[in-house]
Amino acid sequence: MTTSEFDATRPPEPPGRRRRFGKLARPRKRTPGGRTDGSAEMLMVPEAQFTSYYGKPVVKAPPWGHEVAAYLFLGGVAGGSGLLALGAQLTGRELLRRNARLGAIAAVSLGGVALVRDLGRPERFYNMLRTFKLTSPMSVGSWILTAYSGGAGITAVNEVDRLVGERLPLGPLRPVLRAVEGPAGWEAALFAGPLAAYTAVLLSDTANPTWNAAHKDLPFVFVSSASLAASGLAMVTTPVRETGPARALAVMGVAGDVAAMKYMEGRMDPVAAEPLHHGHPGELLKWAERLAIAGGVGAVVLGRSRVGSALSGLALLGASALTRFGVFEAGIESAKDPRYTIEPQRRRLAERQAAGVTDDSITTAR
Amino acid sequence: MVNLSLGHQFSGPTDPAADAHWPDVRERKGFFTDTSICIGCKACEVACKEWNHNPRDGDLELTAMSYDNTVSLGASTWRHVAFVEQDKERIEVARESGRRLVSLGMPSVRRPQDDAPPGPGASADATGTTDGAPTAYGNVDTTPPDTPEFRWLMASDVCKHCTHAGCLDVCPTGALMRTEFGTVVVQDDVCNGCGTCVAGCPFGVVERRSDGTAAPTTREGERKGEQPDVPKRGVAQKCTLCYDRLLDDETPACAKTCPTTSIKFGDHDDLVTDARERVAQLHAQGMTEARLYGANELDGVGGTGALFLLLDEPEVYGLPPDPRVCTADLPEMAKRAAIATGGMLAAAALAFLGGRR
Ligand code: SF4
Ligand code: SF4
Repeated sequence: MTTSEFDATRPPEPPGRRRRFGKLARPRKRTPGGRTDGSAEMLMVPEAQFTSYYGKPVVKAPPWGHEVAAYLFLGGVAGGSGLLALGAQLTGRELLRRNARLGAIAAVSLGGVALVRDLGRPERFYNMLRTFKLTSPMSVGSWILTAYSGGAGITAVNEVDRLVGERLPLGPLRPVLRAVEGPAGWEAALFAGPLAAYTAVLLSDTANPTWNAAHKDLPFVFVSSASLAASGLAMVTTPVRETGPARALAVMGVAGDVAAMKYMEGRMDPVAAEPLHHGHPGELLKWAERLAIAGGVGAVVLGRSRVGSALSGLALLGASALTRFGVFEAGIESAKDPRYTIEPQRRRLAERQAAGVTDDSITTAR
Repeated sequence: MVNLSLGHQFSGPTDPAADAHWPDVRERKGFFTDTSICIGCKACEVACKEWNHNPRDGDLELTAMSYDNTVSLGASTWRHVAFVEQDKERIEVARESGRRLVSLGMPSVRRPQDDAPPGPGASADATGTTDGAPTAYGNVDTTPPDTPEFRWLMASDVCKHCTHAGCLDVCPTGALMRTEFGTVVVQDDVCNGCGTCVAGCPFGVVERRSDGTAAPTTREGERKGEQPDVPKRGVAQKCTLCYDRLLDDETPACAKTCPTTSIKFGDHDDLVTDARERVAQLHAQGMTEARLYGANELDGVGGTGALFLLLDEPEVYGLPPDPRVCTADLPEMAKRAAIATGGMLAAAALAFLGGRR
């Protein structure tokens, strides 16, 4: 197809480099294990074909480091711990209450530091708290985090004060702090659930192919993961006679986590779900599931032995961390390959058009 | 076109500047980039860099992507000229996809007398006939000109200044704002570099300017010694549609410099009209591969402020084929998160009540 005399002076094509843009890429193969149901009545829909601009990404991955993944985990631990702390407060489990409160404040502080560190201009972090924007999960989340930290902070100061024999230099503040301790526990618990769930919306409310495709079910994965992680922490820190509820919550968390993850993957576009199974994130999520199940079984079988309980708790904490890092990394990966953006979009566009909706395409003939 | 009902705040047709409660809404401004007359001179890239004092992006390396060594839009690159080389086979595919688009019931390219009989498909040049026979466009001879063996697509990409801008919606600090011209601008003294907008943009436009640390999606380059220090580090940066120039009733730098008027600047409504006329004209010449991108206010982002006339599918140029503003699904996500939260509370309550025994 030489068309110009100047072509002779062009450098040779680098070997092995396919001119992706020149040809249509191979038709999409169905992913093994991917959903194929629904394709029967979709015969009108042409197979999605994949072309891209030199394989360059269409959307950008957010400039988030592993600090954000760590925050997803820590926020979950804090959220779950807030609920365990209130439960312990109401049922008179003193050690569980103390440890859950201390765990909550540790997790939320570390998480906050991780979030601020990840900003491009950390010294301006407070700009998040100069406005409240309902359309921004990051904004709503910052306020949830702040509100939660308030209650968690008050309860934790009380616990530390008791732990050191009322030797904190609190002066006249001490009676005040003791008086608001109970309500503060309630306040923290009120924001505990939202703290565990909002991070799912933070990820999904983006143009990121994998995170966005998970938007219906990711909150269920995240609250389950938060529940099992906080329960795991309690099982590590607290004697077994007080961790009965934590073990029960752990088992429910594991069941919810495994089921929600499966359900979520089944409902996602099969291509957008691929990064959850491939490469490093796929590996992380596989181990997350194994550890979660091991921890859940451990909580039931070994939960009454101190060592068995602690080991199960560690497994649960590990499972939650791996889930968060896995989901986080899968999203980052999905933004890097244009295929994950283009193929699901082409498919949904073709499906709408096959169903007779022809007026909402961004590409028009007029 | 003004629609203040909350129902269209998240998606659908609306007037974005009025939604932002500007007391003195100005006519919505935008670009119409007609790629069919782009010559790939990159004057827009240069003019943009100069006017906006944008630093160098990367290490000035050759990419082997045709004449495109800019690669993509980014924090310091607000206009990006794409170059695509296509052979005969690919050109045919582009023609065919354009014809399919025409056949999706877009009556404007048909003459009124043809409107009566044809059903969907009938009006399309469905057989792909390339010789002779006048087709559904009426008496106009729509025989495509000889299919060339090779063509070069050149297109200057830019921020779309979406009607429903994902970047703006998800920004937690209010740094991203809607101007009185309906455009979307970052206030760099408010932005704290959280990076949420980067994930929120369905077109991969906005980017956080490198803060010197090794962060993904920030390209600064290693060999920076020979040029001045990078300003506005660590904050999100993107095209402002030359907000400063608009305030002075000036044309944005890229449109002003474009030697072929491929980049047109003006009132958004006028640009949509112009774009429709231009695509009809190209269709009448048999260039069925011509199509508009962003001119439909019913699309996933409520239409874009910057429109494009493309000669192939959007993804060929690196544009998403069916972008959707993430906030359109936010009510659904919030609902699901609320249910999940309720489930978590119930589980915790159950754990303690069950443990009483
Ligand atoms: S194209 Fe991206 S950066 Fe530009 S307004 Fe739309 S969402 Fe924002
Ligand atoms: S990086 Fe800046 S402009 Fe972007 S969302 Fe964060 S605060 Fe807003």
